[in-house]
Amino acid sequence: MSSDVSTKERVGQAPTSSANGTFLDEMRVRLRKGEFGQLPVLLTLVLVMLFFNIASKGVFLHPRNLSNLVLQQAVVGTLALGSVLVLLIGEIDLSIAAVSYLCGAVMVKLSVDHHVSAFVAILAALVVGLVIGLVNGFFVSYLRVPSFIVTLAGLLAYSGLVLHVLLPNTTIRLEDNALKAIAAQYVIFPWDVLIPLPLVAIYFLFLMRQRLARAKQGLRLSPWWDFGLRIGAVVVSVALALFVFEQYQGVPITAIVLLGLILVFWLLMRFTTFGRHVYAVGGNAEAARRAGINVVGIRIAIFGLASTLAATAGILEASRIISGSAQIDPTFLLNAIAMAVIGGVSLFGGRGSVWAVVIGVLIIGSLSNGLVLLGKGTDIEQMVEGAVLLIAVTVDALARRRNATGLR
Amino acid sequence: MAEDASLPPAQPGPTTRETPGASVATAEPVLRLHNISKAFGAVQALRDVDFEVYANEVVGLVGDNGAGKSTLIKTIAGVNIPDTGEIFVDGHRVSISTPQDATKLGIETVYQDLALCDNLDVVANLFLGREDGFKLTPFVRTLDETEMERRTVDVLKQLDVKIPSVRSVVATLSGGQRQSIAVAKTILRNAKVILLDEPTAALGVAQTRQVLNLIRRLREQGLAVVVISHNLADVFEVTDRVIVMRLGRRVSTFDVRATTAEQVVGAITGAEFGEEPAESAQAASGQE
Repeated sequence: MSSDVSTKERVGQAPTSSANGTFLDEMRVRLRKGEFGQLPVLLTLVLVMLFFNIASKGVFLHPRNLSNLVLQQAVVGTLALGSVLVLLIGEIDLSIAAVSYLCGAVMVKLSVDHHVSAFVAILAALVVGLVIGLVNGFFVSYLRVPSFIVTLAGLLAYSGLVLHVLLPNTTIRLEDNALKAIAAQYVIFPWDVLIPLPLVAIYFLFLMRQRLARAKQGLRLSPWWDFGLRIGAVVVSVALALFVFEQYQGVPITAIVLLGLILVFWLLMRFTTFGRHVYAVGGNAEAARRAGINVVGIRIAIFGLASTLAATAGILEASRIISGSAQIDPTFLLNAIAMAVIGGVSLFGGRGSVWAVVIGVLIIGSLSNGLVLLGKGTDIEQMVEGAVLLIAVTVDALARRRNATGLR
Repeated sequence: MAEDASLPPAQPGPTTRETPGASVATAEPVLRLHNISKAFGAVQALRDVDFEVYANEVVGLVGDNGAGKSTLIKTIAGVNIPDTGEIFVDGHRVSISTPQDATKLGIETVYQDLALCDNLDVVANLFLGREDGFKLTPFVRTLDETEMERRTVDVLKQLDVKIPSVRSVVATLSGGQRQSIAVAKTILRNAKVILLDEPTAALGVAQTRQVLNLIRRLREQGLAVVVISHNLADVFEVTDRVIVMRLGRRVSTFDVRATTAEQVVGAITGAEFGEEPAESAQAASGQE
């Protein structure tokens, strides 16, 4: 049997056979296999935006409206980032909205009633979030109580705790100027250009370096059009976003916080062992355990991170509405989970990327903003969002079934 | 860690195939078990079992349900701790009380469920839990994808495993390819002895062929391979010796070249004993 192997194609051998495939060939293969990636979602987003722009006679795509849309949705986006992490390990966190309001209330209460500095108030809010997350994680991973129940209990308990913290009021008005500034300020030219520019350059250099290293090792290289497409997509989306923001008041700080967090978590999830192990736990926890991964530790860490992100969202929200409030926005939790799922994160664990948040924010944001522009009420908005969420989850379930029956 | 994948290159000729018995008769077994007994409550799962496997050898472990095959494998893999008996690796007495002990000694087990993460690609699966990279903090290391991919390509080449791409997600691979990936994972961990639990169960004809070729390949690499299987056709095709267990005892050992399937079936069911009666199992195996 060792004589005939040389004639057959071997794994990873030179880029001869694979890289010859042209762009169109590749697309045809992907289409046939059903690997559309994010393409259908992006297409949906473009259609939704065009529809609202036409229906609202050009108001929707006006830079002021788009800037407001991002400002409104960035808070929920931060919450959605937390739910992406939890969904990746195949769990769910229903307590994030309550936790974010609680942490916002803690910050406002400390700042207003106890006159602590903005920095200390923010730090306290983050620590409260982290501790709550670690407690959730302890119950879920160490005691193996289903996360649905643990965090449902958390949702109830922390909703009560917010009321308790703010007693005797139900809202406390924020006085600290630094804290108020978080959601009210914009980063303007030239700083908004100078921040992303080096990042894009670093990304380009990283891809080039990786390509050279692979060539040196004789590994298969992705075709040039794929390389160009990646760089191009990054440059175009950054330029487009800056162009839109620059037409109005600049980039909202809230948006920078959200994008910065997405970037940090993308690096963590994609380029480190921690991220790799999170995906492994979500894909097959037993295999991860046998590979020597500390599954319990990973789960606790993820719940801790998710609640800390919820605390961050609470800080942004308190700054945006200039108060600590006990009236938890009922759409917060469900929109956060919806954003993650619409962005392609699987409810079954192990599949999806933190960039899902960007897509989720834009789609959910467009729907709610656009329907308001058309004079439709919350009634219509919620029904439409429900339908979109159902479609997204159905696509996820179908993709999973195809994977399971696939080419086995 | 870097030397993990640097096993000797595949031998071109099938020299080891011709003379498995002759070369092993004098050598020290890579793994030897002596007088292993194990009881679960009132059930005596293993009684004074001896077991040995040599380098460059594939041993088939067969027996009916409840014969003690799985208990024996779990003892070797460190999942069960035997009540009595001794284990030797390369002639040195060792104690295996956890799966980690077994791994450290170069004993790797591929269970039927394969323990692969379907959502990760081949490279990620092969290096899961032991990724190459640069240490950032005690818990977080970067991933050196280029180096891991190079070593993946090397080890798959060495085992002659064919897959569309090492960046394919494992969910898209066939059953035979998945089995190969699970085996390649043990090679990267410097295995000396590989235990395969029903490697061809639930596989189609072509897939089975792939896996049997892989097992031959492992033998050519100088590994000691133990195959547990219900499929006697596969056992006869790929193994050098067959060890039969019945009711917790090792009842017979056959050289596959001088044996018919009927003889093995007879030993499994107890309808007819092989060369060695159950009572003197250890004496007989010593003569081999």
